[in-house]
Amino acid sequence: MNIHYACKSLEHRIARRQFLGTMAVAGAGAMTGGLGVFSTPAVANQLRSDQKRIVVFNMHGGLSQLESWDPKPGTATGGPFRAIPTSVPGIHISELLPETAREMHHLCLVRGVNTSEDDHGKGAYMMLTGRRQTPAADYPQIGAVAAKALTPADTSLPGYILITPGGGGGRGADSAYLGPKYSSVQLGNGNPPQNTTRPEAMAEASDVARQDLRRHVNERFLNRRRTAVTEAFTYSYEQAQQLMRQRDVFDVTKEPEADAERYGKHDFGRHCLLARRLLEKGITFVQLSHSNYDTHNENFNFHIEQLAEFDRSFSCFVADIAARGMLDSTLIVVLSEFGRTPNINQYYGRDHWSRSWSICMGGCRVPRGHAFGKTSADGTAVEDGEVDHGKLFRTYLEAVGVDSSGSFDIAGQQIPIADPAVSAVPELLT
Amino acid sequence: MPEGLDPKLAHVVSQWPHDRPLNACRFDPLGRFVFCGSEDALVERFNLADGARTLFTGGHETWVISLASSRDGAQIISGGCDGKISWWNTIGDAAPPVRTIEAHKGWIRALDVSPDGTLLVSGGNDGRVCLWNIADGKLVRELSSHTRHVYSVAFHPQGKFVLSGDLIGVLKQSDIASGAEVRTFDAKPLHTYEGGQQVDFGGIRSIAVSPDGKWLAAGGLYKASNPLGSVHEPLVLLFNWETQKLERQQIAEGITGGVIWRLRWLADGSLMGLSSGGSGGILIFWKPDADKDYFRFGLPNLARDMDLHPDGLQVATAHYDKHVRITRLAAKTA
Repeated sequence: MNIHYACKSLEHRIARRQFLGTMAVAGAGAMTGGLGVFSTPAVANQLRSDQKRIVVFNMHGGLSQLESWDPKPGTATGGPFRAIPTSVPGIHISELLPETAREMHHLCLVRGVNTSEDDHGKGAYMMLTGRRQTPAADYPQIGAVAAKALTPADTSLPGYILITPGGGGGRGADSAYLGPKYSSVQLGNGNPPQNTTRPEAMAEASDVARQDLRRHVNERFLNRRRTAVTEAFTYSYEQAQQLMRQRDVFDVTKEPEADAERYGKHDFGRHCLLARRLLEKGITFVQLSHSNYDTHNENFNFHIEQLAEFDRSFSCFVADIAARGMLDSTLIVVLSEFGRTPNINQYYGRDHWSRSWSICMGGCRVPRGHAFGKTSADGTAVEDGEVDHGKLFRTYLEAVGVDSSGSFDIAGQQIPIADPAVSAVPELLT
Repeated sequence: MPEGLDPKLAHVVSQWPHDRPLNACRFDPLGRFVFCGSEDALVERFNLADGARTLFTGGHETWVISLASSRDGAQIISGGCDGKISWWNTIGDAAPPVRTIEAHKGWIRALDVSPDGTLLVSGGNDGRVCLWNIADGKLVRELSSHTRHVYSVAFHPQGKFVLSGDLIGVLKQSDIASGAEVRTFDAKPLHTYEGGQQVDFGGIRSIAVSPDGKWLAAGGLYKASNPLGSVHEPLVLLFNWETQKLERQQIAEGITGGVIWRLRWLADGSLMGLSSGGSGGILIFWKPDADKDYFRFGLPNLARDMDLHPDGLQVATAHYDKHVRITRLAAKTA
């Protein structure tokens, strides 16, 4: 996979300038053999007032719209929960979200989502890439797109952080043709990136020496054979070095204890607080997930449990982002792979349903205290304001100032950032 | 012993429809009616003589999921997902509730009336277990609370204690006079935390003390390999009341999708459980001296609640298919 630098594309010229520029900043000999997008932590931590960020809350398994954003109390499909008023007159949501209801003036409900895909994997792919999955092409997820389009050139932090509910870590395979540079850095259960501490058995001087050797060898190699693979390889090492120096950025225990208490002493509370920290430190895109909403059985019991946890932490997050003046620059999206059936099955469950469900947005250009779209009285069909994954994807990008009709230049090939067959939803943009 | 009682002769004798799936059912102590709660805000009364249905409205904002009858049969008491308890006169035309109280924050999953008929106990999603004066609906006292949702409550037949069970398998014995916790039975086998799905599941769905006071049965589920997908098996824990020892874990082999929604002791010493789930709606019968059931009776549809008629022969079941059914545990009559 050779990069054809001779194509002189804008993308490559920028990457080249970044590389050279940082090398110059780092000083002669200090960063040779490294990829030059990193600078000092002080520079990286300087949050730009105009930097746009995105945070996605992925309600894994398929959140029920009827138990959250689009309740239908008193109907055959409505379930046992009541609707409650919110801070926005006329907008009601499920009683399972009382704290979020108080923050509704910051948020926007999208109640007419129809994605026509009831498969977990395919639905998730569509909601995160804005495209339907096909064997012919793979598309980058919103996090990778945001990392490439929004991350400042001089940042030393990864642009795409994925906080996973379990353990693990490493890099995701979610950037498709954008390349591994923009793939997610995964924080397993909200812990700092894996392998970012120097082994105790290794003295600091030894570590410095081996890194210098690596850079020296890399430099010789890169002088003759620069490819996307070798560049990504080098980038990974340099990024790891930077992550080691800035490990504190990912350490949620540095946040005040009172905030940890407020968000909730459970994993999701900790993850939300970490998301706030990461965004404040200048990370472009953070995705976290909450599990599990795939409630074919005892849907109502599980939604009581799960949404109680979500409500507390999410509402704290929204309130804090607003209070800290970050709402103008931070797009908040709460999505799932689909919703759940209006029909209540024999196990008190709800099954997969993609024809009339809801998401929640907030921040940046998204209108505040708004509900867009409408479903029928029993929730089985969209009656007004129908949107799909493609339109939403473009809306997310437009909300943070990215021209969603633009293209990425990948090895000289113009690849549309988003599905050119659809457009953003104007009613969801101010 | 009721004449002719033989679970192996069980057969459905009646079924009556409602407009929504049913959640709960209770006979009145005088044996005239069966009352139901459903996926609406109503209480339904079915006359056992002819199946005539009467709808009671005005007590709840949402689903009715628990019922209990006053000992004299004059009133039926309902608990809802709105946290309210309503008292209704059982006879006559449909009328508004006698009273409705705001009892809990969240669902009221279980109600029971004391053996002397003076007290009502309720258990709620707020973890509270409350004693109410059945005559006026005033709070008498709160008993020892739970950290998680209360799934079941029951008075001990001797009338001195209340038993309450929760989601995570904590079964408390509380003193009615003081409200203090006396003992805790460990029913944790009825709780599952499924790490992959990150959910707590199960709980003590039903409590039943044998008429002789020897056995405390707690019903629910185990082997919950896929809680979100309804893969779990019914389980009853049989405790020795005096020693608290878990004497038996009563199972039903081959039922791979089921949970015990309610337990009742029969006059012949059998324990009857309603299991419902992927394997269907099933009445299961155990003897206290065996782990495995000795008989099971398949119902026509999944059921969510069950009650035993005062005659000890008739069983009411509240079904998902919007029917209440009456099953007779005796030979068919001409």
